[in-house]
Amino acid sequence: MSALSQIRNQTSFDLLRFRRNPAAAFFTVILPIIFLVLFTSIFGNETLDSGAKVATLYVPGILSLSIVGATMVNLAITTTTRRERGMLKRLRGTPLRPWVFLLSQVLMAMVLATMMTVLITVIGRILFGVSLQFSALPTLIISLIIGAASFCALGLALSTIIPSEDAAPAITNAIALPLYFISDIFIINEDSPGLIRTIGNIFPVRHLVQAVQPAYDPFVDGAPLPWGHWAVILLWGAVGVVVTMTRFRWTKS
Amino acid sequence: MSNAIEVRGLLKSYGEVHAVRGVNLSVAEGEIFGFLGPNGAGKTTTIEILEGFRDRTGGDVRVLGQDPATAPLSWREDIGIVLQESEIETELTALEAVRMQAAYFSEPRNADEVLELVGLDDARDHRAGKLSGGQKRRLDLAMALVGDPKLVFLDEPTTGFDPTARRESWDMISNLRDLGHTVLLTTHYMDEAQQLADRIAVIAEGRIVAEGTADQLADLVSSKPRITWTHSGEGAAVPSRFDAVSEGTKMVIETTDVVTVLHELTNWAVDNKAEALLDDLEITRPTLEETYLKLTATDAENPEANA
Repeated sequence: MSALSQIRNQTSFDLLRFRRNPAAAFFTVILPIIFLVLFTSIFGNETLDSGAKVATLYVPGILSLSIVGATMVNLAITTTTRRERGMLKRLRGTPLRPWVFLLSQVLMAMVLATMMTVLITVIGRILFGVSLQFSALPTLIISLIIGAASFCALGLALSTIIPSEDAAPAITNAIALPLYFISDIFIINEDSPGLIRTIGNIFPVRHLVQAVQPAYDPFVDGAPLPWGHWAVILLWGAVGVVVTMTRFRWTKS
Repeated sequence: MSNAIEVRGLLKSYGEVHAVRGVNLSVAEGEIFGFLGPNGAGKTTTIEILEGFRDRTGGDVRVLGQDPATAPLSWREDIGIVLQESEIETELTALEAVRMQAAYFSEPRNADEVLELVGLDDARDHRAGKLSGGQKRRLDLAMALVGDPKLVFLDEPTTGFDPTARRESWDMISNLRDLGHTVLLTTHYMDEAQQLADRIAVIAEGRIVAEGTADQLADLVSSKPRITWTHSGEGAAVPSRFDAVSEGTKMVIETTDVVTVLHELTNWAVDNKAEALLDDLEITRPTLEETYLKLTATDAENPEANA
C-alpha cells in the first residue's frame, strides 16, 4: 500500500474507533457543547464596552477549547493508552512507517477539530445569534490548521512524559483546565489582573482564542492577520515536534 | 537449507547485570523451535533482540539474513510477532482489526481467510474487547499471520489457558509448520515445547544449557529408561545383580536393556512366589519436565561452573 492510502486507512479506522468510544465522544464533542450552552445562557447577554454581546466571545472561546480537546487532550490520552496496552509495540513490529502512523493520528485529530469548529459555529448561530463573519473565514481556517497541528504536536509530546494509562487523563486535564481559565475561555473579564494575562500570554491557548475571535465579532471588519498569535502557537507546536521526535516511545517503560 | 535465525555469542548487559551471556542459536527454515526457560533467564531479552525491539551489547545476530538492529522496515514484511502483552483495539471487530493490520503490509493475506485459519470466522463481527481469553489469543495470532510472514515469533502463546484452549492452540501452532512458517516459540511449559517443537533450546541464567530434540534433551541427563516399583520392605531382598536403587518407597533400575532386565526381574519375583514384590511395576522415560528441572537446577546450584 502506498503511504497515502495507508494514512487514509489508518485515519478512517481511528475515526471508527472514536465513534464507538462513548467516553471519548462525550469529552471531545458533548462537553464543549454543554459549556457553550451553559456559559452563554448565563452570561451571554451582557454587553461589552465595544457594544458586542459576551456571547460573541464565548463562541470563539469554547471553539478553542474544542480544538485543544480534540487534538492535545485527545492525542495525549489515546497515545499513552496505546503505548501502555502494547498496541504501539505491535505496530512497531510491522513494516508501517512510523511517520505514516503519527501523521494519521494528527489527521484524525484535525478532522475532529474541524468537525467541532462547524458544530460550535452552527450552535452559536442558531441558539445565540452569533454569526460567522465571512470576510474573516480565511483567517479562521488558517488559525484552525495552525492551532490543530500545533496542539497535536503538544499532545504527542505530552504522552511522552505521562508514565501510565491511569495518569493520562489526570495529567492532561491538570494542564488543560488551568490554561482554559487563564485564557479567556470560561471567564471573560476585560479587567483581569495583569499577571494572569501575562501568564496566559506565555501559553498558546489564549493566542488561539485571540486568533479566532475576530471571525465572530460583528464590529471587526477586515481585521489584520493575527501574525503574532500564530507565531506563538507555532513556536509551541515546534517545541511539541522536537519533544516528540526526541522522546517518543513505542513500548512501555 | 539456510537458517531462519542464526545467533552467535549474543550478549546483553544492563549496567552490571548480564541478562544474556553468550547465547548461540540456530533455527532452520520451516521448523518449530522451542525456546524454554524460567522467568528471568534471559528468554524475553533474547527474543526482543531478535524481533528488533531491543539493541544488544555484543554478538552476531541474523534473522532472515538481516541484522535486526539495522534491518530496513521491509525486513518486517516477512516477520509476524505475537506479543505476550498486547491488547487489540477494543472498539474494532475481529475482522476490522485484522484488516487494519493487513494494510501495514505490501502483500497481505485475505483477512477473512486468516480468521478462518485461526478458527475465529464465527466471531469475525464481534468486538475485540468482547472476545474470550482464548479468542483474543487467536486474534493475536491472526494479526501476526495476516502479513503472510516467513517467520513467526510466538511469545508464551498459551499462558493462562485452560487445558482445552491449550490443546486447541497447540493444534493451531502445529498447523503453522504445515503452512510453511518457521516458528520461534517461547514457553515455560515443558509439555508445550515437547508437544510442538522440532527442536528445543533451554536457557538458564543467560546461557543455553541444552539444545536438541525433546528426546536428545532427555538423553542428556539420563539416557536410560527406568523400571520402577513400590517396595513394601517385606519379602526377599532384590538381588544385587539388578543394581536397583531405592528412591523413597520406590525401587528404581536404570537400564538400556529393558526387555532382558524386566524378564529376569519378573522371573525372580515368580520364583520367589511373591509377585507383590513388584507392586506398581512401571517402565518410564524421563519426561522433559524432569530433564528441564535437572538442567536448570544443576545450573543454579553451580553458578561458578558457568561464570
